[in-house]
Amino acid sequence: MLYVVILFLFAAITLYFLLGGADFGAGIIELFTSTDNKDRTRKTSYQAIGPIWEANHMWLIITVVILFVGFPTIYSEMCIYLHIPLLIMLMGIIARGTAFAFRNYDAIKDEKTQGFYNHMFVYSSFVTPLFLGIIAGSALSGQIDPTAKTFAGAYIFSWLNWFSVAVGLFTVALCGFLAAIYLIGECTEVYDIKRFIKKAKAMNIAAVIIGALVFLASGVEHVHLSDWIFGNTLSLIAVIVATLSLILLWFIISDTKNKQWIRVLAAFQVSMILIAVGHTRFPRFVIFKDGSSMSLLTEHATSKTINDLGMGLLIGSLFILPALGYLYYSFKKKGNEPAADH
Amino acid sequence: MDDFIAARSQMALSLGFHIIYSCIGMVMPVFMAISHYKWIKTKDPVYKNITIAWSKGVAIFFATGAVSGTMLSFELGLLWPGFMKHAGPIFGMPFSLEGVAFFIEAIALGFFLYGWNKLNTWFHWATGIVVGVSGIASGILVVSANSWMNSPSGFDFVNGQYLNIDPLKAMFNEAWFSEALHMTIAAFSATGFAVAGIHALMIYRKRNVHFHSKAFKIAIIFGAAAAILQPLSGDISAKGAAKRQPAKLAAMEAYFHTQTYAPLVIGGIPDTAAKKVNYGIEIPGLLSFLVHDNFKQEVNGLDKIPVKNQPPIAVTHYAFQIMVGFGMLMMLMGILYFIALWRKKSWFTKAWFLKMFIYATPAGFIALEAGWTVTEVGRQPWIIQGVMRTSEAVTPMPGIQYSFYLFTFIYFTLSVFVIFLLKRQIQMVPELYDR
Repeated sequence: MLYVVILFLFAAITLYFLLGGADFGAGIIELFTSTDNKDRTRKTSYQAIGPIWEANHMWLIITVVILFVGFPTIYSEMCIYLHIPLLIMLMGIIARGTAFAFRNYDAIKDEKTQGFYNHMFVYSSFVTPLFLGIIAGSALSGQIDPTAKTFAGAYIFSWLNWFSVAVGLFTVALCGFLAAIYLIGECTEVYDIKRFIKKAKAMNIAAVIIGALVFLASGVEHVHLSDWIFGNTLSLIAVIVATLSLILLWFIISDTKNKQWIRVLAAFQVSMILIAVGHTRFPRFVIFKDGSSMSLLTEHATSKTINDLGMGLLIGSLFILPALGYLYYSFKKKGNEPAADH
Repeated sequence: MDDFIAARSQMALSLGFHIIYSCIGMVMPVFMAISHYKWIKTKDPVYKNITIAWSKGVAIFFATGAVSGTMLSFELGLLWPGFMKHAGPIFGMPFSLEGVAFFIEAIALGFFLYGWNKLNTWFHWATGIVVGVSGIASGILVVSANSWMNSPSGFDFVNGQYLNIDPLKAMFNEAWFSEALHMTIAAFSATGFAVAGIHALMIYRKRNVHFHSKAFKIAIIFGAAAAILQPLSGDISAKGAAKRQPAKLAAMEAYFHTQTYAPLVIGGIPDTAAKKVNYGIEIPGLLSFLVHDNFKQEVNGLDKIPVKNQPPIAVTHYAFQIMVGFGMLMMLMGILYFIALWRKKSWFTKAWFLKMFIYATPAGFIALEAGWTVTEVGRQPWIIQGVMRTSEAVTPMPGIQYSFYLFTFIYFTLSVFVIFLLKRQIQMVPELYDR
């Protein structure tokens, strides 16, 4: 059952990245859209994420719950040493979630308040995945130092370092990339389709460049990133497959007939990156500066708790997955007539 | 500010705000579904308009409740890592099920809000019901986790070790039923009175009277019925507290000395140094009766509990008085409403009747916050009753006060926004919902 729970943990993280991450990406795309086109982008992304965004963010709740029920020491250590980035991420989540709801449900749509909500939405859409990436980078790269004697050593430099920040920016670029790809399929006009293809390519180039920066930063911070990936067959395969799918994506992106395929390819590519990273570190989930680590295979709750948690997740997913599937089917597959309010 | 006090304040603040958002988020869908049902059955467009107007409110509160809930699931670890490390695997079961219920609620809400004219009528209606049912289930599950902190079970605590963990037993601890019942009824009466109060104000001002009268009726029937039932569930809760948490009960009543014919003290100012209550009204024997069902039997007072294990007495006592006071007031108003409904229809248009409900708009939420203060402050100094002290659970990170200031700022800003948005919703009723 432990492996079932671990599988759910990784599945929840991956789905949060692919779905919730794309939601953040919609805001990131809006941030990098020229003023003239902002309204068009906003309309498309509202149609795309309006009905599903609340559900997309539930994967984060599932992730957190699995961590604190199943792996309580890992959860509490992360909460202690990554308190500050978690706090900033939470503020981002609050600002973003409320701004999105407020701008759509404010009964009076005047320019001033809408402008305020828009600012809140786009900046928080950037900050939240940045810090999610920073948290992931810090947990996996061995920057957390519980033996540090100073406040800064224990609570600041554990996450404020070149590698973690580079991973954060990489996450932002990937979210933007996913969103742009997903949005291509939501557009009804050729003008918008062309715009989002351009955005997707730009975000992709940004991701590749920042990806290279991650490697550079790993050198500076003595994180043996290349060993992780090239010293491990599965991770190496995942990286190669991801690169191949990227090349394929560039070839077929311009043809609108392929809009479902490019979505699948983009999601596949990002999943491969997550698998590469997850597999090379597995079963370690948090790695400390002194080289010690907390493993999912040892730092788990008692087997009774893990069994109950696993059963809860299995039964829960019997309810969630069909309902979620039907939600996507109802609002994604049935075409994109303008979102009728009532 | 001391880090420990800052952490407790931040948690209290976060829960205090989250409770309001989540109660409205779980009860409003029920009102919405009733109105929606009436629209489908009667085809009176005013019901459709009420449903849509309310659904906008639900969307705002759900989003705020969802983000403040996400924040809380992290704050448990950010502020109390020592607690979560041990408690997570024991009382995590209701949280994982709550995650599932919450997920289903979010999915159903997506269907409901965006499903007008797109889905089958009854399927669409049912998604609204699912929002309400899963919302209430979430509430009950979270309260079950809290009740575990008040009446821990499902493990053996041996030499500082937590052994033989049984998450299901922990979930169905002794207090879960009484707490969940009390909280669910409270959510209905608080939301019912708040919603009814706002609509009463609009009727009083003679704005869209037909629209607001129908909305008022749906909300107040639930609010009034819940307010009348609440004292019964309160009695179950108080008896449970007497049995499991005598220190909490004694602090609620500011009851210092163990005695037979134990009196119930109403109001008053507790003097902890002199161990007495000044200016309170004493009713001899009533506390004995409430706890043991007879007027004579001895009730354990604060003198039986070592000072280091006593909760803050004054705060608990005042909060309890406020809760009971507002609760009684709402019960009386509930009775008056039903008298009006069955015998005195003319009251509905009377200014005094409407004014009464306008003034009572915040009453339920005041009682609710006071009730949670009793539960949480009354459990101190324990985070897990009798097992772990709150001070052992707090994070080692210094500087929590800054985080507290930040959260205070965020929650107040958020509330200002929500009130601003609701005002604009109400302001736009004539144009958007009741042309």
